[in-house]
Amino acid sequence: MKLKSNIATSENGFIFNPATGDSFTSNGIAAEILAYMKLAESEQEIKKRIIDKYEVEPSQLERDWDDYMLQLKEANLLDL
Amino acid sequence: MYVSQNKKDSKALTIAVTGLNANDNPGPGLAVIRALRDGFGSDLKIIGLAYETLEPAIYLKDHIDKTYQIPYPSAGVKALLERLSYIQEKENIDVLIPNFDAELHNFIKIEKELLSIGIKTFLPSHKQLEERDKVNLKAFGDKNNFKVPADEVIFKSSEIDVPAEKFGYPLLVKGKFYDAYVVQNASDAHKAFHKLHAKWGLPIIIQKFIKGTEINIAGLGDGMGDAISVIPMRKMYITEKGKAWAGITIEDEKLIALAKDFAKATNWKGGFELEIMKEDNGDLYIMEVNPRFPAWIYLTVASGQNQPKALVDLALGNPIDSFSTYKTGKMFVRYAWDNVVDVEEFQKFSAFGEL
Repeated sequence: MKLKSNIATSENGFIFNPATGDSFTSNGIAAEILAYMKLAESEQEIKKRIIDKYEVEPSQLERDWDDYMLQLKEANLLDL
Repeated sequence: MYVSQNKKDSKALTIAVTGLNANDNPGPGLAVIRALRDGFGSDLKIIGLAYETLEPAIYLKDHIDKTYQIPYPSAGVKALLERLSYIQEKENIDVLIPNFDAELHNFIKIEKELLSIGIKTFLPSHKQLEERDKVNLKAFGDKNNFKVPADEVIFKSSEIDVPAEKFGYPLLVKGKFYDAYVVQNASDAHKAFHKLHAKWGLPIIIQKFIKGTEINIAGLGDGMGDAISVIPMRKMYITEKGKAWAGITIEDEKLIALAKDFAKATNWKGGFELEIMKEDNGDLYIMEVNPRFPAWIYLTVASGQNQPKALVDLALGNPIDSFSTYKTGKMFVRYAWDNVVDVEEFQKFSAFGEL
């Protein structure tokens, strides 16, 4: 999953798509994942970072990850 | 890259502007003036040209140095030219920017006479004006490979049923010059027909409804096939009249290409606005072509391309190059504000047609 190259994000979780004018707000962890995605880290690398940093079961992370990616896709923010 | 006269070296300019009706369905005049003030600085005299005594910008003295009442377009070109000649004797106008669709025909007609008394304009031709007219837009689109929703031009309300059956509801019912209603059934379509007929006359356009995202593009054509500036804006807040009350500049090469193709196909001269509906599959439909700057034109200045200033430079024959970049994510959020004036000001303008 790759974030579209023109998507602007900020540390406080604001997301702006300059191609459509759409903007979104995200919570802290979602903003952190976006920041890793912007650095072109792989899905596995990002998941490892999250598991190392937070107390989360891998199965829970998988479910939340899929849900988040679906939201990003629906928001037209991913390069498919 | 954009080259323009150095502000400090240029002589003070006098520019006349119409469209001072900064109301809930605003004319572009005030935004054009704001752009010119930004572009030319303090060495600028703005002459307002108003049709009605309650056009709000008449009373905004920080923006307009003096306003004159001018005759309605229906009074004809002779009355308009007489009035402008009178104003010219007093004000020595360098450039005049008309901002209403309905007045453009007359201003184009007297373009040469205005030039002979020292007033420059930068206007499309009558042919260009007619081609993009709502009534002719579908044919224009078909001829130039632009997507335009199917429509029918009607003169009687009894003719609504035919296009309604063909296109299905909802439908767009549009006035000759301004205003449009989305209607869900025959009863509402008839009501919309009569409202628009009473306000703008005939014909009425029944247009197929296209669902999508509303995007407007402000452009400036050099009259030789090039759009020297193009700024796309997505509407973020839309009034009951369908006007953008808030909007944001966006980045989309297809929109830029569409505006450039339009300028090329028409050799458009002057400001223009394309009203676009972008379908979910990315198809771009031209809903309307407005032959003038839009009321949100100041956003072009905020995003780095001062279209009204560039138009004045073109009218004056100053050398300019096309703009190439602009800032995306620039927003405008319009607001209403009560300007308080003494009745004497209103009385003066009402009685003498000057303020």
